Amino acid sequence: MSSTGHAKGWDVLDSQDRARFEQLVLPHLDAAFNLSRWLLRSRSDAEDVAQEALLRAFRFFRGFNGGDARAWLLQIVRNTCYTWLEKNRQVELMTEFDEDLHQQSAANPETLAIAGDNRERLARALETLPVRFREVIILRELEGCSYKEIASITSVPIGTVMSALARARQRLQRALTQPAQQEAPHEL
Amino acid sequence: MSCDFSGTLLHAYLDGELDAMRAAEFERHLETCRECTATLGVAESLRSSLQRAQLYETAPVTLRKKIRAELKLSAAGASRSPVAAWRWLAAAAAILLVTGVAWYAIPRFHGMSSESASSVTSAEVIDAHIRSLQAGHLTDVASTDQHTVKPWFDGKLDFIPPVHDFMDEGFPLIGGRLDVLGERNVAALVYGRRKHFINVFVWPTKEPDTPIHPPGSRQGYQWVHWRHQGMEFCAVSDVSAQDLHELAQLFIQ
Repeated sequence: MSSTGHAKGWDVLDSQDRARFEQLVLPHLDAAFNLSRWLLRSRSDAEDVAQEALLRAFRFFRGFNGGDARAWLLQIVRNTCYTWLEKNRQVELMTEFDEDLHQQSAANPETLAIAGDNRERLARALETLPVRFREVIILRELEGCSYKEIASITSVPIGTVMSALARARQRLQRALTQPAQQEAPHEL
Repeated sequence: MSCDFSGTLLHAYLDGELDAMRAAEFERHLETCRECTATLGVAESLRSSLQRAQLYETAPVTLRKKIRAELKLSAAGASRSPVAAWRWLAAAAAILLVTGVAWYAIPRFHGMSSESASSVTSAEVIDAHIRSLQAGHLTDVASTDQHTVKPWFDGKLDFIPPVHDFMDEGFPLIGGRLDVLGERNVAALVYGRRKHFINVFVWPTKEPDTPIHPPGSRQGYQWVHWRHQGMEFCAVSDVSAQDLHELAQLFIQ
């Protein structure tokens, strides 16, 4: 998060700040909502969390140094989502890295194309991915972020973004071509 | 059996995140590696499925309205208490800690260290080329005279690119342009080749000279890359790879 840790608490923002915020940050509300929706796997939860994140972003707005507003906002959105998950679905954050790296995917482009043609199935497969793999897919494939942007949003080195994407894609292929796999807990 | 590249470099290639030279290197690797070829096919298929499925979910209109209303209140109202601020900061720090621990380090790879984050990727070069072909963007200074084009760059960049007309060799100089690649300003020299255009991007480098790098191709565009006397060059066009190579050689002579 940005360097907003003033000991005096929140900045007091005036209507000029608000106009600037509405001009620079609010246009990325769709991106904020989309990321929340896929991280939380729920539209209604995403509405609450995206709203909270936007208001949080506004309070931190003075700390925004004028760079990439979308990446700046999405970083806050992501952190807000993780806080929410920690509070409400802690299990999801715990049962993450049980993957079997040696399991080779038997997918080929044809079977994958057939499986991937079904929106529902694709969405479900995406939702079975651990949240840290899901987020790189969302940011890269849906949001079109560069590795550099993903690295700054998720606070990891660029090389880590690449290998996370590699593994996320492999897992998604597997989930699509082996639909019988157990699903991650959806609701607690 | 498992190729090291299929789980790493291949994805950077797919995402257009490799610089021109590494992309060309990887393409050469693809010619001989069946595993990477297969993995790339699957990954491309997955990508087009994701794009076709239209999974992007936009924010409900009501949400936008709610946020606007809250912002109004917030901007007009008093600041929150510092106690709440510290609670949030503490929570944020805790998340960062948890994230840092859970996200274990994954093998770094030499193709894309943070230092090369500022270097130029093949996707950027091709984007810049395509951008330049859109109406009115090809040249900032249109001249076939190298003595007009070269001084034009003076004072606009922190280096002076080498500018030559290769009309007699079949590559007439058309003009020059300022462009941005990998967040730095570069000179773009525009050449003609029959009815096609070639962009030669030039920027300074501290790296030693490298020979003309075998052409890479993407989306029907070819590029070659080389370094010569403190300058880095990337020529990109839809002309044949051989033509590009020929032009590159003229620069080195």
